[in-house]
Amino acid sequence: MDAKFEYLLRQGDNALILSQQLSQLCGKGPALEEDMALTNVALDLLGQTRLWLTYAGEIEGHGRDEDRLAYLRDARDFRNCLLVEQPNGDYAQTLTRQFLFDTWHYFLMRGLLASSDRRIAEIAEKSIKEVTYHLRRSGDLVVRLGDGTDVSHRKMQDALDDLWTYAGEMFIYDDVDQAMVEAGVAPAAAPLRDAFLGHVAEVLAEATLAMPPLDAYFQRGGKQGRHTERLGYILAEMQFLQRAYPGAEW
Amino acid sequence: MSKEWPLWEVFIRSQHGLAHKHVGSLHAPDAEMAINNARDVYTRRNEGVSIWVVKAADIVASSPADKEALFEPSNSKVYRHPTFFPMPEEVKNL
Repeated sequence: MDAKFEYLLRQGDNALILSQQLSQLCGKGPALEEDMALTNVALDLLGQTRLWLTYAGEIEGHGRDEDRLAYLRDARDFRNCLLVEQPNGDYAQTLTRQFLFDTWHYFLMRGLLASSDRRIAEIAEKSIKEVTYHLRRSGDLVVRLGDGTDVSHRKMQDALDDLWTYAGEMFIYDDVDQAMVEAGVAPAAAPLRDAFLGHVAEVLAEATLAMPPLDAYFQRGGKQGRHTERLGYILAEMQFLQRAYPGAEW
Repeated sequence: MSKEWPLWEVFIRSQHGLAHKHVGSLHAPDAEMAINNARDVYTRRNEGVSIWVVKAADIVASSPADKEALFEPSNSKVYRHPTFFPMPEEVKNL
């Protein structure tokens, strides 16, 4: 198993699955402005997916391109973290998932700017402009809904408490992550986690939301291919066309 | 307080040196979110270098009924139009 291939799949699959989930909200956002913003984020993430998966296919060296990796792998072969496959739920859940992801994503991209792998550093450089905006937008909304009405506050706190168990997997490094750190490709877990927690704490304080406990049990397994049942449904919809009509093109 | 987000008018400057131009309106709970939303709704195709948002309620507009009093008197004063000056072709954006 090539650690770099695995690492690239993790980045690509995170962006791909979250993009797919956000795309499902196209035309269903709570307001026109939110609808377009969510779709913009989905498109940004899809663009990033292409860069990650194309590079992953090249590193693997078996001739798999971005499309084959996206459309012809089964759930066990996906390497996204469990957070991004959590349901869209109500808007508080969609937004909280986004905020937790954006915060981690932003600090990871910042770390990857210094990657020893030039190609990865370039992808990070291209992505960070988009991710900076994603983080600003989701943080702004968390503050407004958390510090909004009684109902919006309660919904945001519930969503945060529910999703918190999925907020730690990104910082639980396994052999793949560790090999990438040692090769100078990826940033270490501890500073990334500190930066993540620092920003989350700051935004939650402004949003008058209570920070969930740091010693909570964090779900894990997604990065290694052990997913929740839900990923199968996401893939069924995303991959249907290529499965039913192999090789179909525009 | 109304449950609806207030309406904001959006102005975008497409390049340096040009004025901000009204591009449309949107709803947002406050000014900061109005800027965010304007970015998402009106600058998806690399349109601008700067965004202004103004609460629609803060814009004071002339009444259509005042049209004659406001604008008609200038119709007969053709000398106010700078149409008698030849303009060099190289001068843009005038």
